[in-house]
Amino acid sequence: MDLERFCASSRVVIVAGKGGVGKTTVTAALATAAARTGMSVLIVEVEGKSGLAACFDRPSLTYEETELRPGLRARTLTPDDALLEYLDDHGMRRISRRLSRSGALDVVATAVPGMRDILVLGKVKQLERAGVADLIVLDAPAAGHAVNFLVSARGLVDAVKVGPINKQATDVLELLHDAARCQVVLVTLPEETPVNELVDTAYAIEDRAGVALGPIVVNGCVTARSAEAGHTREAIEADAAVAGHTISPAEVDALARATAFRTDLRERQVAQCERLARKLPLPQVRLPFLFTADVGPAEIDILADALAAGIGALDPVGAR
Amino acid sequence: MTDLSRLVDTSHVAICCGTGGVGKTTTAAALAIEGARRGRNTVVVTIDPAKRLANALGLDELSNAPHAIPRARWDRDGRARPGGHLHALMLDTKTTFDQLVVKYALSDEQSAQILENRFYRNIAGALSGTQEYMAMEKLYELHDAGTFDLIVVDTPPTRHALDFLDAPNRLTRLLDHRVFRFFIVPTRATLRVGSRAAQAFLRPIARVVGSEAVDDVIAFFRAFEGMEEGFRERAAAVNALLASSETKFVLVTSPRRDAVEEAEFFAGRLAEGAYAVDALVVNRVHDHYCSISPDVLRERAAQLASVDRAVVDSPETAARARLADRYADLAELEEIATRERAELAGLEERVASASIVHVPELGHDVHDFDALGAVAAHLVAGTAPGRDGSASVPDR
Repeated sequence: MDLERFCASSRVVIVAGKGGVGKTTVTAALATAAARTGMSVLIVEVEGKSGLAACFDRPSLTYEETELRPGLRARTLTPDDALLEYLDDHGMRRISRRLSRSGALDVVATAVPGMRDILVLGKVKQLERAGVADLIVLDAPAAGHAVNFLVSARGLVDAVKVGPINKQATDVLELLHDAARCQVVLVTLPEETPVNELVDTAYAIEDRAGVALGPIVVNGCVTARSAEAGHTREAIEADAAVAGHTISPAEVDALARATAFRTDLRERQVAQCERLARKLPLPQVRLPFLFTADVGPAEIDILADALAAGIGALDPVGAR
Repeated sequence: MTDLSRLVDTSHVAICCGTGGVGKTTTAAALAIEGARRGRNTVVVTIDPAKRLANALGLDELSNAPHAIPRARWDRDGRARPGGHLHALMLDTKTTFDQLVVKYALSDEQSAQILENRFYRNIAGALSGTQEYMAMEKLYELHDAGTFDLIVVDTPPTRHALDFLDAPNRLTRLLDHRVFRFFIVPTRATLRVGSRAAQAFLRPIARVVGSEAVDDVIAFFRAFEGMEEGFRERAAAVNALLASSETKFVLVTSPRRDAVEEAEFFAGRLAEGAYAVDALVVNRVHDHYCSISPDVLRERAAQLASVDRAVVDSPETAARARLADRYADLAELEEIATRERAELAGLEERVASASIVHVPELGHDVHDFDALGAVAAHLVAGTAPGRDGSASVPDR
């Protein structure tokens, strides 16, 4: 399955995962990869964090769209923004500021659980319907909130039986349940706990939210070039002798420990990916661990390449 | 950089804060184990721990009360100081809130009314900020019980986690709020004017969220009448505990840029509240393996990989290629070790008066007592290298 087909298969992609797994980085990479195929892409950020902007060397994002690269735009869409806009749209412009200032808005939003989520998703649906972009990539809130985020629509349809919120929730449910319009890409790390939590989240999303799951993105996979070469001091000294390379004992020691660390880490990661595959029959796209502490445009480009290659290599039957 | 042994030995409360995914719960558990091993009666309050860590701590089911962990599990070598105990609990937000309501209700009827109210159930179960609030409530309860020497508290993994600083005030502020007065106006004053103003205000809200929801809110606020004072006193007591010199704040982060930025945000929030960062724990730091720069290592890799002076298929070429691979692998690890230290420099400067500890990337998940013990050893042994990254103590 090539990247273009994947990106065209649904107009909204929700990227979800636990904090610290690189969900935001994957959002940026996926959007970049899609924009490169010539699509117009909009990234929607819902938590008001600076991470996404930093991926593109920007100080911050705003409620107004910003162009990050040709064909790639981004904006924030926090629940508070969404609520104000919603009230404005529903003939309550005059009282919306007052409601917000007095704190009544907080109380009301609390009165209806999932209200904030539904307003965000409702706005995303509105953007999708308006065709503002060929692809909308949503950087979802961190899981387990991701599950709540996605099931909020169903709860609200039951809780609020009439009126605009019910309509909004019904529309959102339609969007979420339609695989041709929306899919969720889950992100994890090849480590024990993140894998376990991803499996739980995946089943919860399929069972409770009824949203189609795209491939799993396994982030931070290290490579070990020297895995075959051997990482004992003896192997290194023997190679140095044959190669005629002078090497100090401290350097032998450093090479031995560093290569052992990587080989070992890689083996454990591969085992975790295999365990994930056994527990969750979804295709995996593996992204490389980047040996840079920060992620900027150059790193996003590398990850976008890897993502495009990974999606390109997927079995078209297995991928939705 | 100093280690955390003093903090573990002398503080009464240690609050671990930081963004999600940086090992906050693990750090809290490791600090608690160390406290117990140093002879203190310790309890750790965890919030949503990963399953295996929860199992290790004996938290198989929701356990909102401290649960003793058998000594044999955290003192396998039998070398811990006598007198120490380790307890753990997993915060159950709703139960904690329910207990608080029951405590301050003026009558059984009042508490029943509140506990059954749908608006209350939403607040107790899901309101962002409630978890933070209840973590502080649980902390105060454990402090008030007077049995524990050291209470280690994990905080929720959200950006709003530091709302706990504000959390106890939050409900009282809501109660003080004119919205509250506004919602209870229809009962208090029978003045038609007030009632009519309320109606004019509530009608549009009801149109959006449905009148049922609005009724729930009104019923909640009415039911709450008379309990404000109790909650207000409790909030003041929690605030005093947080501000006390016996309470220490441990900021937890990883060395990646996004996490460091969040940590800086947290440090700023703490400073706003006039709280000091007493300790900074940086988890999963890559160690330096040598003092050669990444550039030099990469150069060596490139030289070894070039085959211009040897026959392509010779054993010498193969040996050179293998060495080149090893140098390239090492160069990347040195690169990230250097970058991480640069990434942390600003934050570490900002919290310069704190104990700063780097816990090395252990290369495996931490979810049993042996691994937690290893983390604890790093926390109190101060294995962190200097800021220039030159002097490093390898982890193996």
